[in-house]
Amino acid sequence: MPKRRSLLKAFLSGSIAASLLSVFYPVFRFLIPPDKPEASALSVSAGSSQDLAPNTGRIFRFGSRPGLVVRRPDGSLKAYSAMCTHLDCTVQYRPDLQHIYCACHEGHYDLNGVPISGPPPRPLEEYSVQEVGGEIIVSKVS
Amino acid sequence: MATRILHWLEDRLELSSIRRLAVHKEVPVHRFSWAYFLGGAVLFLLMIQLGTGILLLLYYRPSAEEAYESVQFIVAEVEFGWLIRSMHSWSANLLVGMAFLHLFTTFFMKAYRKPREITWMSGVLLLFLMLAFGFSGYLLPWNELAYFATQVGTDIVGAVPLIGHPLMVFLRGGEQVTGATLTRFFGFHVAVLPALTTLLLLLHLGLVQKHGMSVPPKMIGKPYQTLPFFPNVLLRDIMAWYILLAVLVTLCAFLPWELGSKADPFAPAPQGIRPEWYFIFMFETLKIIPSNVLGIEGETLGVVGFGAAALALIVVPFWDYLARRLGRPGLLTLLGVLAVIYMAVMTLVGYL
Repeated sequence: MPKRRSLLKAFLSGSIAASLLSVFYPVFRFLIPPDKPEASALSVSAGSSQDLAPNTGRIFRFGSRPGLVVRRPDGSLKAYSAMCTHLDCTVQYRPDLQHIYCACHEGHYDLNGVPISGPPPRPLEEYSVQEVGGEIIVSKVS
Repeated sequence: MATRILHWLEDRLELSSIRRLAVHKEVPVHRFSWAYFLGGAVLFLLMIQLGTGILLLLYYRPSAEEAYESVQFIVAEVEFGWLIRSMHSWSANLLVGMAFLHLFTTFFMKAYRKPREITWMSGVLLLFLMLAFGFSGYLLPWNELAYFATQVGTDIVGAVPLIGHPLMVFLRGGEQVTGATLTRFFGFHVAVLPALTTLLLLLHLGLVQKHGMSVPPKMIGKPYQTLPFFPNVLLRDIMAWYILLAVLVTLCAFLPWELGSKADPFAPAPQGIRPEWYFIFMFETLKIIPSNVLGIEGETLGVVGFGAAALALIVVPFWDYLARRLGRPGLLTLLGVLAVIYMAVMTLVGYL
């Protein structure tokens, strides 16, 4: 009879394993958040262009992420992702330094978004920027 | 290695004493042995509530602006979200139903008699806590039905003499049901009630272990068969839990819990508004009490009556003691039967 017993044991442990799996699989899948489409729009408005004086910057919402638009001292516009490439803090434009600065870990970027000192490993992601009818329109460079 | 770990734990936790307790526990065998599974069933459903509740917390947002949308997100976007949410709602209903059955069987088997008076009282309080969970949880999806049910439910609280109005304002977080009410109910539902439940549950279960299983009065003094709790009864318990889980998942699959439409405080109440089934008998009672009885407002009378009934339920063991001293031991059973019939009839009336 040992054969029958081992068969029964296999059935029993198989059923227990299957029912545990049927409980924990949904739990496991529930724990993983669904993908939310990021910034469904490829271009957004970053506000009026008159209000952005030379040598200032402004943070705007690009989908679910912050963006930074800067009017450089020469009057030209630049837009970047405002997420620091080091640890995702939000960067800011510092008029006194005339470059982009991350306050979390003293990261500095020049006006092309290239890191010049501190921990940031990569340049900021750059967006293309246009002035349309007094509004600043920022779009992703695809 | 495994034995060394076991020895290490044994030295510190004395696990063998727990094992001895489990080995010595015996469960009487008789015609009503099935009633011993009800407490375990309630406990199992409570664990499901705890598990699914924690999961829902990961996505739920307790504000009037986001609550409905977050539940919608859970149901529509999160994988198995519909299942987890439905399980939480369905299991809540099964839990209350099982808790009522557990109450009735312990009542009719007179399991509250000495030395189990405190077990009974903690059990009744736990039942009230379960109802409070049901009431507070009902509002959280912030849908139309929940909004008006809460409006009505808290208004009934407002009918309590003297402290009613302040109590209602406390519950609502203001004069009206608003986002503040939602935040409050969320706090009650996920923090205050679970804390109280944990304390009472530890007391209740500890006492059950301390006193062992109660035996119906007719069998006291006679020899009866027993079954060892470990592993025989425990395995039967687990079988019962499997069946419950199957029933629960079947309900969720075929009748997923509806979300309805978002609450709008500036819209009229929808037709056919009524509370969850376990509050229906109270809801119907309030409907049939005339608006004015001997100069007392009908609603106030009803609320005071429910309060008295709740208190009477808590002190059942002492009633029984008195009834037996007076030589009328059957009186309480009769009252119990009448109460069950009343609740059943009123619930039916509510659905007809």
